[in-house]
Amino acid sequence: MLNKRISGKRKLYISSMKFVMGICAALTCALVIFLIIYVLYKGLPHVTWKLLSTSPSYLSKSVGILPDILNTVYIVIATIIIALPLGVGTAIYLTEYAQNERIVTIIEYAAETLSGIPSIIYGLVGMLFFCQFLSMKTSLMAGALTLVIMNLPTIMRTTQESLKTVPQSYREGTFGLGAGKWRTIRTVVLPSCVDGIITGCILSIGRIVGESAALLFTAGFAHVVNNIIDGLGSAGATLTVALYVYAKEQGDFEVAFAIAAILMILTLIINSIATLAGKYFEKRRSI
Amino acid sequence: MNKKVNTKALFENIVHGIFLILGLITVGGVLLITIYLIISGIPAIKEIGLFDFLFGQKWASTAAEPSFGILPFILTSIYGTAGAIVIGVPVGFFTAVYLAKIAPKKVKVVVESAVSLLAGIPSVVYGLVGMYVLVPGIRVLFNIPDGASLLAAIVVLSVMILPSIINVSLTSLEAVPSEYEDASLALGATPIETYFKVSVPAAKSGIAAAVVLGVGRAIGEAMAVMMVSGNAANMPSLFQSVRFLTTAVASEMSYSSGLQRQALFSIALVLFVFIMLINATLNFLLKRDKER
Repeated sequence: MLNKRISGKRKLYISSMKFVMGICAALTCALVIFLIIYVLYKGLPHVTWKLLSTSPSYLSKSVGILPDILNTVYIVIATIIIALPLGVGTAIYLTEYAQNERIVTIIEYAAETLSGIPSIIYGLVGMLFFCQFLSMKTSLMAGALTLVIMNLPTIMRTTQESLKTVPQSYREGTFGLGAGKWRTIRTVVLPSCVDGIITGCILSIGRIVGESAALLFTAGFAHVVNNIIDGLGSAGATLTVALYVYAKEQGDFEVAFAIAAILMILTLIINSIATLAGKYFEKRRSI
Repeated sequence: MNKKVNTKALFENIVHGIFLILGLITVGGVLLITIYLIISGIPAIKEIGLFDFLFGQKWASTAAEPSFGILPFILTSIYGTAGAIVIGVPVGFFTAVYLAKIAPKKVKVVVESAVSLLAGIPSVVYGLVGMYVLVPGIRVLFNIPDGASLLAAIVVLSVMILPSIINVSLTSLEAVPSEYEDASLALGATPIETYFKVSVPAAKSGIAAAVVLGVGRAIGEAMAVMMVSGNAANMPSLFQSVRFLTTAVASEMSYSSGLQRQALFSIALVLFVFIMLINATLNFLLKRDKER
């Protein structure tokens, strides 16, 4: 009955739009599924215990990625440890302290600018400033410091979002009991914005694990097993940089796909943790 | 008593100061990047000449008589980005409309997590799959000697910008007031007509912002593009090996010296100027979308 009153032209428009939307959504999903299955299919057979637990050796002509795994872990730890206080501190300043509109605008604009700068530029400036000007040489620490600047906006934004949801009455309550500003922040405000801080950390870890262009010239290519202190002081390739070197410069696609499979699994894990954490915090908040 | 209040006030002021310094580190980061790029990028431009540098068609940095023209890189970056937008934006846009308006809740959750996964995959993995699947595929399909070409880079970039386009458009489409749609439905338009003729125009600033964000992502991508584009400093052509602004910096940096090295910094400066213009447009559009 209703359909009869719609002209043929409109019916065509409606069905073609539906068709195009269906195709596009299906294409997006198909791409994701293809990428995951293809990378795991090509890579997982080459992920062996030997690959994971040894260093590359020219003598036995074997390739191992243990140093790259360790380097990735070191760089994640170093970056998060430095970026966390900076990002959270900035967010606290913006929501709790800043009275001058102008400073707020400037800091927020700076953060937006930082999140738009491509990683190759971070790598270049990181090389100039940390490696050369501060003479840290090509080292994991220089890479980590570069990534700190890169990840500041992420941690800052998620913390800020969650600080905004802390009810004003909490703060007024502690002020009313005679607490100072810092005490209020430390005992009341910070504990209620843990969710934002954790979300920011998870997002940053994902970004650090996947980063390569910013690390090429700051952290270097070496594959040597070190403990964390020596490791941060010396050059080293992370998993992504190692993948690039094996695929592009050495043409060793078996190892490259094995690393890609590991990275893919890490991405899956980090994404699910982010989703689960989001759900958990939402639930806790609604109680 | 008074003394105690004073020390407390002093303490609070110190804490305030510490947080202010933390806040200003972000600004410091931006200044650091800007100043370093300008200081290290200007000398080569001065020596080569701005016009010769930007519009020179020949890049031969290691030749006996080196020539430093970056027009091939600029054009490649522009063409590559435009190509990625032409393919990526329609797919992303229609997916976003589907997710925002039509998809059942369960489907929406699944597709959204797929999209966020797409955003999380490291760019070297895209590059690797592109190198192994796309490049040989293009070589066979178009019967050319080497598949590493602008086309391969465009395809990889269009996949990589999908998540940004979908997410930003989705947020903006979901924020369209339901009164608009209700009014259109009450006037006799069907749901699909309403979505495309009422909701989409209402969300146009947000969708434009999504496109601009995609441009920023595509022009700044280095690693994936480096792995599939062949990396020869040709003027751009769809089936030829090309070099982007980003890959020009990355590919020669490790062995460069002297004027060549300085010229690489100048390329980074040009890239930075592009990105700043894109960022300014993006901020403007997002602000307008919020004001609506």
